Amino acid sequence: MIAVIDYGVGNLFSLTSSLAYLGAEAEISTTREQLQQADKIILPGVGAFGDAAIKLRQSGLEDMVKEQAAAGKPLFGICLGMQLLFEKSYEYGEHDGLGLIKGGIYPLTPDLKAAGFDYKVPQMGWNDLKIVAPDCPLLKYSKTGEYVYFVHSYYAKNCEESLAATCNYGVEVPALVYSGNVFGAQFHPEKSGAVGLKILQAFIDM
Amino acid sequence: MLTKRIIPCLDIRDGRVVKGVNFLGVKDIACPVEMARFYNDSGADELVFYDITASFENRPLFSGILKEVARQVFIPLTVGGSINSLDDFDRVLKCGADKVSVNTGAIKNPQLIADAAKRYGDQCVVLSMDIKQVNGSYHIFAKGGREDTGIDALEWAARGEAAGAGEIVANSIDTDGVRGGFDLPLLQALADKVTIPIIASGGAGNKEDFAELFKLDGVDAGLAASIFHLKEVDIKELKQYLRDQGISMRL
Repeated sequence: MIAVIDYGVGNLFSLTSSLAYLGAEAEISTTREQLQQADKIILPGVGAFGDAAIKLRQSGLEDMVKEQAAAGKPLFGICLGMQLLFEKSYEYGEHDGLGLIKGGIYPLTPDLKAAGFDYKVPQMGWNDLKIVAPDCPLLKYSKTGEYVYFVHSYYAKNCEESLAATCNYGVEVPALVYSGNVFGAQFHPEKSGAVGLKILQAFIDM
Repeated sequence: MLTKRIIPCLDIRDGRVVKGVNFLGVKDIACPVEMARFYNDSGADELVFYDITASFENRPLFSGILKEVARQVFIPLTVGGSINSLDDFDRVLKCGADKVSVNTGAIKNPQLIADAAKRYGDQCVVLSMDIKQVNGSYHIFAKGGREDTGIDALEWAARGEAAGAGEIVANSIDTDGVRGGFDLPLLQALADKVTIPIIASGGAGNKEDFAELFKLDGVDAGLAASIFHLKEVDIKELKQYLRDQGISMRL
C-alpha cells in the first residue's frame, strides 16, 4: 500500500489515477496511522513552499513522515513535495523544509539572468533528463534523453551528492534527487506520459 | 532543453467530440476518451478540452468524460468552456484537469483570474483570448468570438499576467479557419508584451506553418484542431519534421 499524503496542497486525482493505472494500491492519507501502515509514502504538492510547509506541520504528519523515512520506508516527494524534502527554501522569505536531503530551494530567475538567459519562469513544459546516477533505483527503466513534464519557478541547489538526474534550463536543474530511501522529482511523473509511468513503476517495485 | 509543445484541441458537445473524423485504430471517433488516447499515443504534448455543451443539464456528462480521460492519459490536460467561477475551477480540477482556461468568464469578472491564481496557483490558470484586428488594433472578442468587447488585446494579456495567469492561449479570429498560417504579427506583439508562455491558436494549415510559428522565440506552443482531427497533419510526423528544422521537440 502506498500512502499518498493529502495535506490540502494540490490535486491528487492524476497521481492516484496513474498509480491505479499501474495496478498499485494507493490510499489518500491524512492520518499518522495511515503513514505508519503504508509500505511507501508519496508526498505530492503544488503551490508555494511556505504555505505547504505550514500545512504539512499543521496536519500533524511532518514528524511521522520524518520518522517513517528514518525507519527506511521509501518516500517519494513530487514537485513541491520534492522541494519540501530539502533543508530550506528561499521562496518569499526563508522556510524550513524536512531536511531529509541536503541543500536548499532557490528562485530560478536571478540565476538564469546571471547565466545570461532570458528564459521564461516558470519552466513549464517538457525537458529531457540527463541521468547522472544510473544506479538510482527510480531510474532503472529510464534513459538519458527521455522527456518529463516540469512546472516550477524555484529549484534545488547545493545538492550535488543527491543528484540522480538533471535537466538543462540555462542552469542545471536537479530533476531527480535521492538519498538512501528518500527520493524527489522536480517534474511530474504522473503527467509525463509513458516515461513518467516508468519512474512511478520503479517506485512501486521497491 | 525545454521543447516547444504541440497541442490538439478537442471540442466536446453533449459528451462527443465535435468534428471527429476517421482515425485509424480508433473505434469510436467521436468518443473523447478514445481520441485522447490516440493523441497521447501520437506524441501530443498536452490536450485541451473545450466543453461547448449548451445545456447545463449535460455538464455532468463532461465531468465524467474528463475523469475517464484522466484515468487513462497521463499528460497535462487543460479544460475550458463555461468557466465563470471558482466553483467551475473546482469542478474540473477534481475531475483531473491540470489547468483551467478562462475566456468570457474573465471578461465578465476579471477578478476571477486573480482569485483562481491565488487558490490554485498561477500554473493552473490559462487566459484564453479570442482576438481580432479592428481598425488597426487588436480587440478581445467575447462569447465565442461573436462580440467585440473593445478591450485592447495586448493590454488584456498584460492585465491577465499581472493578475496571475500562468499561460495565454491566443486565438486569432482573423486567421482561424483560413489555414494560411498562424497570426505571426499578433503573436509577436503578445510575446513583446508578456513573459508568460504563449500558446498560438488559429490558422495552422500544414506543418510548415508550425515551423514558421516556432521561429518566434516568444511562442511556446501551437494548438490546432481540425488539421489533426482530419489527419491532414500527423503529430508524430509533424514533430519529427520540426525537430529536423532544428526546433526542440519531444519525440
